Amino acid sequence: MNEEILTMHNISKNYGGVHALKSVDFSIKKGEVHCLVGENGSGKSTLIKIISGVVQPERGAEIIINHQKENHLTPIKSIQKGIQVIYQDLSVFPNLTVGENIFMNYYAKGGIQWVDWKNIKNVARETIKKVKVNLDFNETVGLLSIADRQLVAICRAIATSAQLIIMDEPTSSLARHEIDALFSVIQQLRSAGITVLFVSHKLDEVMEISERVTVLRDGSKVGLFKRSEIDDKKLSYLMTGKEFVQEKLSEKVENKKTLLEVKNLSKKNEYKDINFKLHQGEILGIAGMIGSGRTELAFSLFGMNPPNHGQILLEGKQVYFKSNESAIEAGIGYVPEDRIEQGLIMEQTIKNNATVTIFEKLLNHLKMIDQKKQQSTVQHWIDTLSIRTSSIENPVKTLSGGNQQKIVLSKWLATNPKILILDSPTVGVDIAAKNSLYQIMRELSQQNIGIILISDEVPEILYNCHYILLMRKGRIVETFQPEEVTEKELNDKIIGDGQDE
Amino acid sequence: MLNNNDNNLFNIRSIYQKDPTLSILVIALLFIILLLFVFFPGKVLTANNFESMAFQLPELGILSLAIMITMLSGGINLSIIATANMAGIVSAFIMTRMITESMTGSPIPIILLAILAGWLVSVLIGIFNGVLIAYIGVSPILATLGTMTLVGGISILVTKGYVVSGFPEEYQYIGNGIFLGIPIPFLIFLGLAILVSILLRRTPFGIANYLIGSNETATRFSGINVNRTLVITYALSGLLCGIASTIMISRFNSAKAGYASSYLLITILISVLGGVDPYGGFGRIGGLVLALFILQLVSSTFNFLGLSAHLTIAIWGLLLLITIGLRNIKSTSI
Amino acid sequence: MSKIFKKFEFFLFLVILALIVFFSFSTENFFTLENLLDLLISYSFLGIMAAGMLVVLISGGIDLSFTAIATVAQYIMAINIIDYSGNLFSAFLVAGIIGIVLGSTNALLIYYLKAPAMIITIATLNLFYGFTIFITRGRWIYNFPDWFNQSHNVFSFTAADGTYYGIPLPVILLVLVFILTYIILNYTILGRKIFAMGGNIEAARRAGFNLLGLTIFVYSYIGFLSGIGSVGQVLILHSVQPNAIVGRELEVIAATVLGGASLAGGAGSVLGTAMGVALLAIVWNGLIIMGVSSYWHKLIIGLIIICSVGINAYNRKRNA
Repeated sequence: MNEEILTMHNISKNYGGVHALKSVDFSIKKGEVHCLVGENGSGKSTLIKIISGVVQPERGAEIIINHQKENHLTPIKSIQKGIQVIYQDLSVFPNLTVGENIFMNYYAKGGIQWVDWKNIKNVARETIKKVKVNLDFNETVGLLSIADRQLVAICRAIATSAQLIIMDEPTSSLARHEIDALFSVIQQLRSAGITVLFVSHKLDEVMEISERVTVLRDGSKVGLFKRSEIDDKKLSYLMTGKEFVQEKLSEKVENKKTLLEVKNLSKKNEYKDINFKLHQGEILGIAGMIGSGRTELAFSLFGMNPPNHGQILLEGKQVYFKSNESAIEAGIGYVPEDRIEQGLIMEQTIKNNATVTIFEKLLNHLKMIDQKKQQSTVQHWIDTLSIRTSSIENPVKTLSGGNQQKIVLSKWLATNPKILILDSPTVGVDIAAKNSLYQIMRELSQQNIGIILISDEVPEILYNCHYILLMRKGRIVETFQPEEVTEKELNDKIIGDGQDE
Repeated sequence: MLNNNDNNLFNIRSIYQKDPTLSILVIALLFIILLLFVFFPGKVLTANNFESMAFQLPELGILSLAIMITMLSGGINLSIIATANMAGIVSAFIMTRMITESMTGSPIPIILLAILAGWLVSVLIGIFNGVLIAYIGVSPILATLGTMTLVGGISILVTKGYVVSGFPEEYQYIGNGIFLGIPIPFLIFLGLAILVSILLRRTPFGIANYLIGSNETATRFSGINVNRTLVITYALSGLLCGIASTIMISRFNSAKAGYASSYLLITILISVLGGVDPYGGFGRIGGLVLALFILQLVSSTFNFLGLSAHLTIAIWGLLLLITIGLRNIKSTSI
Repeated sequence: MSKIFKKFEFFLFLVILALIVFFSFSTENFFTLENLLDLLISYSFLGIMAAGMLVVLISGGIDLSFTAIATVAQYIMAINIIDYSGNLFSAFLVAGIIGIVLGSTNALLIYYLKAPAMIITIATLNLFYGFTIFITRGRWIYNFPDWFNQSHNVFSFTAADGTYYGIPLPVILLVLVFILTYIILNYTILGRKIFAMGGNIEAARRAGFNLLGLTIFVYSYIGFLSGIGSVGQVLILHSVQPNAIVGRELEVIAATVLGGASLAGGAGSVLGTAMGVALLAIVWNGLIIMGVSSYWHKLIIGLIIICSVGINAYNRKRNA
């Protein structure tokens, strides 16, 4: 059982000028649980897409599956070789039922012409039982929560006779008991001789489940280790390349003016009884997983999701936002979670993306946009935030993730906001840019701007906030000062024990 | 770091890089003129022909502007011909009912009333489209196909299929007159092209229109009132249809429910040939104008060669496919 | 979703029922066997094409060129029957084949040109139609052999009172097409993949679906149905009328959308489409019988379409 099921040599991938992967060698032994570890932007997802045939590597790459060299891997070939991937963005079919989604991989094999609805039911039922989850196989997937959709994706991969199952960040929205169930399924798979590749940036999970670990950083392979050779600290160092010393914030901000007060805010099926205060210059962290209601709450503060009950008070005055336009006018800016779909208009110019929020302010006396004013405004922010770009007429997609996020920030800073809501702002951003963003956040807080930082990354919340709220299933379940918890404690709290509701 | 246009004014390569589409179109236009010069000397490129082209192409050009701005926003307006016809019918009715042989005084106030009424109707249709698409959420294809049918139906109902004709001389001047040696419709078209170009590139509305075409969600998140912008876009599209019809019915000296039905494909062809991205977000008036000239020349040549109208339209279909194909090759090689 | 959908189909059913009741009581001639059979015959062609459109919409695409394909098929089959002494079988065969060929052309263009299907099929609509009319000079074709003109009924009998009844071939065709489409969509893997593709094309790509193959099937299917449906149309009219089909694209799309299909893909049903066609047919027929002047027809149909797509869209928006 020491043979390799997958061997990859010299894997590179370039997107425009960005080197997503640089000459990576990678191999997995048959029947092992192997972890692929790295920060966001390290190249993990690209490597997975190459293994599954969705993306082609640069020339000179060698891929060997089960001792057979593969010259041109396509999705169907990869599936036929027994490789199943559970993608981070799930790739489920929202218009079909749970049962059909689970069965979907059988379809890809071809051969069977007629749909065997009975078989679908049975296979689906078996798989759901195995994973010990609560899914109705007749439910339409589009109506399920993100967490449930993740479970459907997991079931789908398990339902086939796969030899290698790749799970790309599968626990991002699972509760503790669901994670435990998943881990026991992984052990079952292992005893059945199935190889599992577990991709993650959550160190505690990696330490719990892996036998061997490959670490990627900035597109290169840093090393291959046995679990016994590493621990959290070493992994963190390998992933980031730095002895990461972060300091918790120590200033006191309660005696500053209250910018925002939220009282008993509720929205049906999304969040309930939210109460908190945001002071000038305060960085308030909201920790919680996907599905905890944090983004829905952010939308409400930004005027895009009117609440059912409760009050929002801005500098003491109650506000009712009919749309985000009024929220922006009141001085609130929102950096969304999904930079690609919500944060930036990728195909359009940096210039327009950076000024879309302030067109009205750039008008000359003819009510047209003053080009010079527009250019100098953008240039100002490029200089202030240290954004690296060759021309502001280029489409914003040509920038790196970190620089893109800085453009998102610039467009909001240009509005002179009183409050900035940052929703998972460092996803897909490399280490240097991350630090740069944290630095910018601190500077903004020095300028008395109130910041709400939403994140599920423990160090990010712990080391950059004055005060932390923990949300779960729509409610604030705990609040604390950063000095009251350690990283591990905070992590455990965020995941929870699945005993609520 | 910033684009220094001044230094590169005479650097051909950088002009090409700034806008490859425009450059290719200019080359294509020159090439066609050259071909015509060589193969059909003195037959197509005559002053007479230029003059009649200058009369024919404006209504097509204005209708192309009408569909282009909706395509930029990521949608499409399939009801442009029906809207133009309806506006023309309204104008025609007012003029033929209110201007009689025996009336005294100038017909000009009534003409103005007729024109404005036509424009009002076309703007209302445009607003209707915009509301359906933006506020109710109907896809632009379905919404404008629906209004095309509805408006077409109203047109048939009020005209009973007949032609409404007989406009005063003063009105006919609009579509047939010449000012400073240039046909009036052409002047109107040029003026509109310049205005719309400035509107699209220099006003918040225009830029927002482009942004919505690329990514409506992100534009909304940035605080732009997407719904209002879209309604304005389709209203403007309607207005342009109205203006086109003012010229059209003057040239035909009549209005009818079914005029210009073959124009729809041609306006799409002109837009796409002119560089409009069919998915939205990109496209320049300059490109559209060049494409318009190219197509008008080709069309006149076909006319001269005696090609059947049906074959011509088949060729337009083929040309649209070729244009899309070439764009793909160009974009994958960048 | 299935609950919401059931509600929608049920609502549509109620509307149709209400209309039938209304027209039956408003006029004498609506609710007669003769009229209803006539209606069925006249709308069989639309129904067949709507079944094809349903499949295309479910896959996430759209086709505006099918009316041109039908026109081409009509001419080809006329040539087959008149010039080559073909029989019904060969007529259907050549019509179906030309439909598949032109449909596949659409599919390849859509797949490889990477432009919206709507624009590509507007282009092919004009290409196919313009070229056909150019070659045929738009001639109407009347001179079909007698056996052909008489063969449009399949099971015929003469009733006691001397009236001649028969089940027209086009109607049988319609029923067969609906059944076939239903089976494909609900009982074959091919059909389920079409749904999947319309629901999330990226997921379909990653799951290893043969997207090119599926695209070719979908557009060939509507081409095929347009082809054989047009044969039925010629059987009824005893002639080829080139300008009778092109221009009715919206009606077909409207029937499928009325029946629950979405332009975004991934949704729709044969039952819904059948009801959509029935709705349009009943309204059209009822108006004629009630003596509403034909000048109102286009307007009323346009109004119905806008109201129904509007309601559909608004509901979808509120539930999202």
